[in-house]
Amino acid sequence: MIGFEDIVAHYNHWITVFLMVSGLYIVVARGNMVKKLIGLSIFQTSVYLLFISAGKILGGTAPIISEDYQVYSNPLPHVLILTAIVVGVATLSLGLALVVRINEAYGTIEEDEIFAEDEQ
Amino acid sequence: MRLDVIFRATMKIMMPFILVFALYVQFHGDFGPGGGFQAGVIAAAMVILYAIIFGLDAAKRLAPPRLLEIMIPLGVLIFAGVGAINMMLGGNFLDYSVLAHDSVHGQEYGILLVEGGVLITVAGTMTAIFYLIAGRGR
Amino acid sequence: MVLLTLMAIITIGIVRLRNLFAVVILGGIYSFLMASVMIVLDAVDVAMTEASVGAGISTVLMLGTLYLTKTEESDPGHSPLLPLFVAVVMAGVLVYATIDLPPFGLADNPVHVHVAPRYLDYSIEETNVPNVVTSVLASYRGYDTLGETAVIFTAGIAVLLLLKGRRKLKPGPKRKRIKR
Repeated sequence: MIGFEDIVAHYNHWITVFLMVSGLYIVVARGNMVKKLIGLSIFQTSVYLLFISAGKILGGTAPIISEDYQVYSNPLPHVLILTAIVVGVATLSLGLALVVRINEAYGTIEEDEIFAEDEQ
Repeated sequence: MRLDVIFRATMKIMMPFILVFALYVQFHGDFGPGGGFQAGVIAAAMVILYAIIFGLDAAKRLAPPRLLEIMIPLGVLIFAGVGAINMMLGGNFLDYSVLAHDSVHGQEYGILLVEGGVLITVAGTMTAIFYLIAGRGR
Repeated sequence: MVLLTLMAIITIGIVRLRNLFAVVILGGIYSFLMASVMIVLDAVDVAMTEASVGAGISTVLMLGTLYLTKTEESDPGHSPLLPLFVAVVMAGVLVYATIDLPPFGLADNPVHVHVAPRYLDYSIEETNVPNVVTSVLASYRGYDTLGETAVIFTAGIAVLLLLKGRRKLKPGPKRKRIKR
């Protein structure tokens, strides 16, 4: 039913899906805040992979114009993802700063311990 | 940290090369991979490496936090300022064609200035965040 | 393909491990693998950024945070079955959706026919910058980059506000551990 060509044609997409749901699973299932942030960055990285896969042309080369090449990959996803990576690290550092402050206020970074402390 | 003679000597030799590489990435970004983000991160990584080897206080003498706090808004101001100057010269916002006599040169200058702004903001922000998180535990 | 499979394996490791120090180091490896994949997919600028930002700066910041907090993750109190169920259903839906996506790497895919050829054809003529990524980033889509610089600026200011002041609590307030 699914031939070899189909697997090659969609392998990048399936890995993207796998990374995405792994990130989602970490964010939902784990209570540790640093682990949650790592899960968020994995989720983000899967989106990078999706965009860059869409921009690739087989047989093409990097989009730096030169007389030796005729076929270039699509530069637009590269620009978008370049922006996304830098914004990603900015938000990640903001999250880490929040984690540090939470740890100072509560003495823990585990979600359920923080909830328990709030209820007291 | 006092005993790592090899690290300290190597770092002293490596530092100018890392900085030159950052500048290369910045200014060669028109022709090869690179640009303001990458150069800013490399410059910040140099300061972080310096802080890891020589200690945070030495790094704060190398790149004082006051300077970083000026750099963070300065980059955004350069970027927006280039756009505003274009408007004063009669073009659209961030349309660099009016910066020079012919539009191709104007585009080149505009790209160079804007990438410089990005470099300043990224380098300043990354180093400042590292200082804060690393200096918090003491 | 091999690199992608390796990335999936590393991700399983990240999900399973409880020692956060090991997880952060695995995250660095993951970022480098991602950078290699980007090079294979012709995105050299992105690969450079991912290697320096993802594997360099984020790892350093994560390690700094771990030093301030703790390196061992405690056992989650509830069973992982429900999140696992959500993740599997999500994966099923997304895989079903990928069947309709255009196959990987063909030159006549919809993404390649509309805006990108304009950039590729006119970049040299209009800006004299051979690296199309740079010219699109700084010139054609300058608004995006301006907004993005503003985001970095905002994040930097926010972190300064959060962490600049003196800490008010003594380190390790020794509150009693909550029993489950």
